Amino acid sequence: MNAGAGRPAEGGVAAAAQAMRAFTRRRIFWPLATLVLLLLFNLISNPHFFSITIRDGHLYGSLVDILNRAAPLMIISMGLTLVIATHGIDVSVGAVVAISAAVAATLIGGQLVISGGMQDVSRYPLPLVILAALAVAALCGMWNGLLVSYVGMQPIIATLILMVTGRGVAQLITSGQIITIYYSPFYFVGNGWVLGLPFSFFLVGAVLAAVLVLARRTALGLFIEAVGVNPVASRFAGVRARSITFWVYALCGFCAGIAGLIVSSNVKSADGNNAGLLFELDAILAVVLGGTSLAGGRFSVVGSLVGALVIQALTTTIYAAGVPPEVTLVVKALVVFAVSILQSDRVRNRLGALVGNEEVAR
Amino acid sequence: MRNPAAPSLAAPASAAGGARRAPRRLDPRHLPLVVTIALFLLMFGAGSVAFDGFFSLQVFLNLFVDNAFLAITAIGMTFVIVSGGIDLSVGSVIALTTMVSAALVEQHGWSPAVVIPLVLCLGAVFGFTMGVVIQYFEIQAFIVTLAGMFLARGLCYLISINSITISDPFYTHVSMLRIPFLFDTSISFNVVIALVVLAAAVYLAHYTRFGRTVYAIGGSEQSALLMGLPVPRTKVLIYTLSGFCSALAGVVFTFYMLSGYGLHAGGMEMDAISATVIGGTLLTGGSGNVVGTMFGVLIYGTIQTLIMFQGELSSWWTKIVMGLLLLLFCLLQKAFERRSARA
Repeated sequence: MNAGAGRPAEGGVAAAAQAMRAFTRRRIFWPLATLVLLLLFNLISNPHFFSITIRDGHLYGSLVDILNRAAPLMIISMGLTLVIATHGIDVSVGAVVAISAAVAATLIGGQLVISGGMQDVSRYPLPLVILAALAVAALCGMWNGLLVSYVGMQPIIATLILMVTGRGVAQLITSGQIITIYYSPFYFVGNGWVLGLPFSFFLVGAVLAAVLVLARRTALGLFIEAVGVNPVASRFAGVRARSITFWVYALCGFCAGIAGLIVSSNVKSADGNNAGLLFELDAILAVVLGGTSLAGGRFSVVGSLVGALVIQALTTTIYAAGVPPEVTLVVKALVVFAVSILQSDRVRNRLGALVGNEEVAR
Repeated sequence: MRNPAAPSLAAPASAAGGARRAPRRLDPRHLPLVVTIALFLLMFGAGSVAFDGFFSLQVFLNLFVDNAFLAITAIGMTFVIVSGGIDLSVGSVIALTTMVSAALVEQHGWSPAVVIPLVLCLGAVFGFTMGVVIQYFEIQAFIVTLAGMFLARGLCYLISINSITISDPFYTHVSMLRIPFLFDTSISFNVVIALVVLAAAVYLAHYTRFGRTVYAIGGSEQSALLMGLPVPRTKVLIYTLSGFCSALAGVVFTFYMLSGYGLHAGGMEMDAISATVIGGTLLTGGSGNVVGTMFGVLIYGTIQTLIMFQGELSSWWTKIVMGLLLLLFCLLQKAFERRSARA
């Protein structure tokens, strides 16, 4: 805001510099810069990285691939952004992904039924399957929301319970089996193409539009920030902090449910132990990278999307560079450490003092 | 300035309320512990009635034998939670300890006499680092330890994705060792370690300055600071202690399983937190004790044994029941909190 105030503006160069400074100040700048750097690194190591070809009317290429693979994570991180903005956390998203996948797979039925040349048989119609999976996921989210907002448990404990027991619940739903899905219409969710683009891309767009309309076109976004900054003050100000917290967790569960459908459709099976494994780390990392502070308050949904893309690009880079995939987990954990240290007030104040107190003033 | 004043306003009111209502009743802080012991007796009794051969000293002792590592972890966790923090990295640190031990002993031929002190130091350093980040960068404990949890798991996979079996004579000997107890029963060496840790923890919590400071920080960190207690140092030490306990639990777990594996002790962080909370430690900090935690661990063991005796339920039910119990005790704590707030 007060960039360049008190400094003489000298023509267009200064104006451009000022615009540049204003842009670097934006929350979205750092995640975007990281993404661009990662992509450039890939471009140098593989000159064909940016090439996109059209095959069978579908777009193919590394960039499309990253977008496609990042879809479940992008959807979850949008839901988690709102949770974190209320000064909460949801570490159960991975388990909810597994539960939603398990519900969908169980309702479709794991048998390869071949009757009269037809092998696409589902026990229940597809819309019902999808609705049921999403409803169960939303219920999981509501359960978290209930514990956090109305019972008043710490979010980390409330969601930790679901994180650990949720995998057990998923196991119970599939009776401990890995259920393979043989019903090809269901494959469309994770592998389908619309207008040359992956269908999951449109799912991300739909969720993004819904979240943006809710958070930016209505007062809800402001309320969420108010709850995150100071729940007591916001309640005195007439914000219904409890019900907002409740619905934010429900939405997060719902998002995890969509991601669960995409994941199970991608791998054509549901595995209670491994579906959505470590998604909670990736999602938290995406949100933190996107510039939303873990201390609650201001949030950036688009930033989280970029954060999710950074993570997927990082994973792709690690694979492409021939580094063993096990390293990814270590790298991600270290990045969480680094980013949260950079976000901490102490470091910000130090850095702010270094660059002339502008950070503090803001 | 506002915070120190708030307790002084609230304190006389609650003290007066307490005196008016029940001058001689049990200290409400000990009520959770009584509930825990009662629950344990009830569950063990129910098992004894339902299954033949359940009511025996050996079954009781096996609760310790099979859960020595959980007891050690949960004792470390108790200090963390009493101070008002949380440590989510414990399960992964156990896995990392088994993995490092197995890799060094089996693949590099190191002597256990070197490996065991080394992994204990490693765990302490891991906890120390997290403590420093929590204290000096003022980041919430759960984020730092969550990152630590994933980091330790990642380091496991870096060593090997597969399980490494340990055939070192020292480890197998300790694993097989049975110490005779009363009436033809026996305990393993792990139980001895766990009981020594328990005794040390009781001493540390109730007879040292460090222990007093831990409770003071949990009661009110600001008051502890104003009293001139060494809060930063103690907080770092608490996480160091928890890291050390996890590493020790990892050593015990190595004796128990005789292998190193990156998937060992998955979800253990919740078991340890559950055992602590069921044992009567308040999640908000300031109240609780390690003896209660031990009973929390025994309850965990009893659930496991009940499910084993039942024979049909999958082992996942242990986690689900433990999660529900954790939930139940959290609700209980909330109820107590509200009642004391109203009084």
